[in-house]
Amino acid sequence: MPIAHNATAVPVTVDDAKCIAEKGCRVCIDVCPLDVLAIKESTGKAFMKYNECWYCMPCEVDCPTGAVKVEIPYLLR
Amino acid sequence: MFDLDAKTEVVEADILVIGGGTGGPMAAIKAKEKNPKLKVLLLEKANVKRSGAISMGMDGLNNAVIPGYATPEQYVKEITVANDGIVHQKAVMAYATGSYPMIQYLDRLGVKFEKDGSGEYNVRKVHHMGTYVLPMPEGHNVKKALYRKLRQLQVMISNRYMATRLLKAVDGRISGAIAVNTRTGEFLVIRAKAVVLACGAAGRLGLPASGYLFGTYENPANCGDGYAMAYHAGADLANLECYQINPLIKDYNGPACAYVTGPFGGYTANNKGNRFIECDYWSGQMMLEFFRELQGGNGPVFLKIDHLAEETISTIETILHTNERPSRGRFHEQRGTNYRSSMIEMHISEIGFCSGHSASGVWVDENARTSVPGLYAVGDMASVPHNYMLGAFVNGGIAGGDAAEYCAALDLPGYEHGDVDAEIKRVLAPTRREDGFTAYEMEYKTRRFVNDYLQPPKVTAKYLIGQRRFAEIREDLGNLFVQDPHDLMRALEMQSILDCADMAAAASLYRTESRWGLYHMRTDHPYTDDENWFCHTMLFKNEKGQMSHRKRSVDDYIVPIDAAEMGAYHHLRTASPQAAE
Repeated sequence: MPIAHNATAVPVTVDDAKCIAEKGCRVCIDVCPLDVLAIKESTGKAFMKYNECWYCMPCEVDCPTGAVKVEIPYLLR
Repeated sequence: MFDLDAKTEVVEADILVIGGGTGGPMAAIKAKEKNPKLKVLLLEKANVKRSGAISMGMDGLNNAVIPGYATPEQYVKEITVANDGIVHQKAVMAYATGSYPMIQYLDRLGVKFEKDGSGEYNVRKVHHMGTYVLPMPEGHNVKKALYRKLRQLQVMISNRYMATRLLKAVDGRISGAIAVNTRTGEFLVIRAKAVVLACGAAGRLGLPASGYLFGTYENPANCGDGYAMAYHAGADLANLECYQINPLIKDYNGPACAYVTGPFGGYTANNKGNRFIECDYWSGQMMLEFFRELQGGNGPVFLKIDHLAEETISTIETILHTNERPSRGRFHEQRGTNYRSSMIEMHISEIGFCSGHSASGVWVDENARTSVPGLYAVGDMASVPHNYMLGAFVNGGIAGGDAAEYCAALDLPGYEHGDVDAEIKRVLAPTRREDGFTAYEMEYKTRRFVNDYLQPPKVTAKYLIGQRRFAEIREDLGNLFVQDPHDLMRALEMQSILDCADMAAAASLYRTESRWGLYHMRTDHPYTDDENWFCHTMLFKNEKGQMSHRKRSVDDYIVPIDAAEMGAYHHLRTASPQAAE
């Protein structure tokens, strides 16, 4: 059966101006228990790739530059 | 279809610990402390730094057995009564006697507990009978303290590897596990003398009312992998019909934390602001009263703290918004819920398996041994009831110490290469298809049917339909399709969830009585039948590969219980509605 891709809003946002992933930082990606963050090839910055968030906050709390913000996913907000 | 060339590496260890959350790290730590020469490998699907149920820390111990406040005997009695008598008391006693030494050990590691002015632990009462709750207002650093110790003891850590099946030698001993990297799809065969399963609850079984698959009470990574692996390895699983169902903040699905607020004067209330239960401790009877209040026209149910003084509310707010689930502050803010002026709306959770809160787990004895030689289980997935975080630490420590001894005189057992080949083929099957059903769809459908057919009250006719639907989904696994290694992890998790759904249905149908309040409330068998069912139920995979059951009698109590005391948790409803204080 062919596959469709449905868009959703994601609860974790990364401020590209503050994110230092291009310098090798991987803190938010490392600490996510669900492995939903990744590096966007076009910008070299972290972003939320999979909408599978437990809104648990290590990514935000452990980010060394305060670039990550966790919102409550819209469906349960 | 994506290309995975299925590279497989083989590594050897003395002890393999699967799961780096709470009990797993402690098992690794205590094994190394017992014998520093052992090679201990800690395998984690996420990253040990922030994995498991306590990734952000914990706001209190719910079951601290501290001299001067409670004795191990009192605690064993409390849990026996709270769990309607179906407990292996020796295992509860092993926990209870290890409780205080573990608190002191964690204290030395740098974990912070609340103390009074003279440096004594500040223990509070929440349970029906005894006093066991020790707040941790600064409990956000638990994982950091564990991680430091793991590094100091040179425990080997492999992050982002998901174990998929256990390996056994021809003589039936455990001999390791197969794991797949969740980012590369590479396989790892770990040969080991002993394996400790510490994979957490099956917390992604029912579908949250929000419809968001990851909006669960438990860390959604804890999806029942451990239960599924133990089952396929032939281990016994105990009392799975004693579901975990929790009273939670509606939609947010995190704990409202009556345990935290209770000692400050907060309580669970109905829509009139009135108390309706005498005790907020989570038991099946408490959940039944909660369910009745929701159904009976007095709902919704709320956590009420708006009557407390400003400084008390500020203290509660600080504890609840900086530990365990800190995002709840944001949730309340967006909905305009201020603890000073509004009660906090609560709801009943979807079902799961969890011994940490209930009693559904892989059977273990007082040494944390499962029924498979060399295989241990600890924490939320092991059968020691109402064990919570401290139980995971204590039983993890017991498993680590016992496994270290078990290893001493043992050569590395062999394994069947055919088992590895078959497992790699099973894991990779969804990567070999051009298209099909996604893991997301198949998981959603499975979990929706869990809600539709398995959520108590349990009706036999509904359960039989549920089993048919699960069997149809199992046939659809032949069309399961994934696009990358991350998806592959979800597809494997989905298969664990389906295994747990089947186990939940089968275990519930087997016990033809009602017990544990709402957890096992069967409309076709509405009464508790001690004559036939005062026993553990064991679910296992038989030699033909079929799901089977047997009874296991409850061992003679080591702490006797008077008949009059046995009913203590059956009278939780307040005699008459009490006005807000």
